[in-house]
Amino acid sequence: MLEIKDLYVRYGGIEAVQGVSMSIPHGSIVTLIGANGAGKSSIIRSVAGLNKTISGQIQFRRHVGDEPVSLMGLKPESMVLNGIALSPEGRRILPHLTVRENLALGAYSRSNKKEIEDDMEWVYSLFPRLKERSWQKGGTLSGGEQQMLAVGRALMSRPDLLMLDEPSLGLAPLLVKEIFAIIRKINEDGKTVLLVEQNAYAALSIANFAYILEVGRVVLSGPGRELLENPKVKEAYLGG
Amino acid sequence: MRFDRNTFLTLAAMLVFGLILWQSEKFLGDYQIYIAKLIFINIILALSLNLIYGFTGLFSLGHAGFIAIGAYVAAICILPQAQKEMMWILEPIAWPASHIFTPFWVAVLGAGLFAGIFAFFIAVPVLKLGDDYLGMATLAFAEIIRVLIVNATPITNGSLGIKGIPNHSTLIVCYIWALFTLVILARLCYSNFGNILRCIRDNEIAASVMGINVFHYKVLSFCVGAFFAGIGGALLGSHLSTIDPKMFNFLLTFNVLMFVVTGGLGSLTGSILGATIITILLEWLRALEEPMNLGFIELPGIPGMRMVVFSVVLLAIILKRREGIMGTRELTWNRIFAFFSRHKA
Repeated sequence: MLEIKDLYVRYGGIEAVQGVSMSIPHGSIVTLIGANGAGKSSIIRSVAGLNKTISGQIQFRRHVGDEPVSLMGLKPESMVLNGIALSPEGRRILPHLTVRENLALGAYSRSNKKEIEDDMEWVYSLFPRLKERSWQKGGTLSGGEQQMLAVGRALMSRPDLLMLDEPSLGLAPLLVKEIFAIIRKINEDGKTVLLVEQNAYAALSIANFAYILEVGRVVLSGPGRELLENPKVKEAYLGG
Repeated sequence: MRFDRNTFLTLAAMLVFGLILWQSEKFLGDYQIYIAKLIFINIILALSLNLIYGFTGLFSLGHAGFIAIGAYVAAICILPQAQKEMMWILEPIAWPASHIFTPFWVAVLGAGLFAGIFAFFIAVPVLKLGDDYLGMATLAFAEIIRVLIVNATPITNGSLGIKGIPNHSTLIVCYIWALFTLVILARLCYSNFGNILRCIRDNEIAASVMGINVFHYKVLSFCVGAFFAGIGGALLGSHLSTIDPKMFNFLLTFNVLMFVVTGGLGSLTGSILGATIITILLEWLRALEEPMNLGFIELPGIPGMRMVVFSVVLLAIILKRREGIMGTRELTWNRIFAFFSRHKA
């Protein structure tokens, strides 16, 4: 679905990503893990069109068998039309709008009211807690609920590729478990998921395939389960 | 529009208030009417800046420029040709300014349109900037507009300004334009469009990853705000009957900004309250500058005293209620009823 070839991302004089290549097949959960500053966020921000100083190739095939489309140089707002949604790091929900309004804005690029309503119901069924709080202002939600809202909002554009930037950031372990169970469910409902995480254990346990990044380069890749057993990964990311 | 209790109450209140104003000449003096008109004009200016700064988060300090454009366009439109030819003594007035003569409402709308179009040309380069830089750039553009007005003598009569502008902005006219502004902005701000603007204000990145063309909406909000600033300027010019470039300096922008911040950024009713209270306060405090007789001591009038007191009041507001009178809330019928039923119990 998504092919990244030889991607470089520069911020001023610093090369945050140095020649990363990866591929995300249709219907899979792929995760990028690594420490702070490894370049994980830079990669998905590049796919979403939020970074301008990049080089390399990013090719996207919305459905199996489609002609690949290059995403290089596209604006963030046109990514949504291509079927790519990003739930950005740090939640970034809208504190002054209600949960329902937040979700409705997620469907900004769509016009079919019936479909939007169906998707809203689907998001509410994934996150029953959002339904209970649908008239509450976004800013009054707890951290976990805000994260759910951010994921739900990204889903409202009816994407085929859902990119999540650190959904577990700052959440209690129990909530992390809940969110990851929902990510798996979203995947089972037919969405391809690209997941950026620091919480390596949680991410590797649900991922079909994983890439481990260190200072801008892929140092290790393989199926999630395999990496969980890998002694090097155990030592560096899973606490021995 | 749903026709429920609240819409009915709003319409009724608008009508009753309009009727009172219509009859106001019977019980209000000239001075009070003058202030009341100024309040309505200031409300229009405050609402228009609130759309740009309060709802969209664009820190624009260029409001005086748009007000100036509105005032000049309207003044040129409503002055009779003979009067214009007499007044332009530095250089004769150029065509087409010399031959335009329109009804007042056309002049006001034209003033708004002109300001809006001008804003569009400023917006395209300037709105690529953010925060403080945007403030500086718009401030500079407002100065450029002023300098242009000073130097475009064949159209604007240069630094002499325009005098004897027919006073078409009666109290009821000002009221109707203020209502027009309020209704349109309320419909805009409390719709999906308004949600998008607030989304851009709160989080630009979130807005763009949701597929919102952020730049497009910023330009739109900026132009609509400038349109209403132009309308306010047109009424202001006609109300004061004299305009000159010096009036439209940074202090005017600052005044409007004060209304908006005092009322609450992102609250339309807040802007109305802010503009009303500050306009009245500024007039009321004039008494401080006159000689005072306290019975035992005769105080001489100190010019500028009211600004000192006023600054203290503003400081108090900022220290005690940083979000303004209303914050981002609105004064709605539901809130009013809730307030009264709580106090009855």
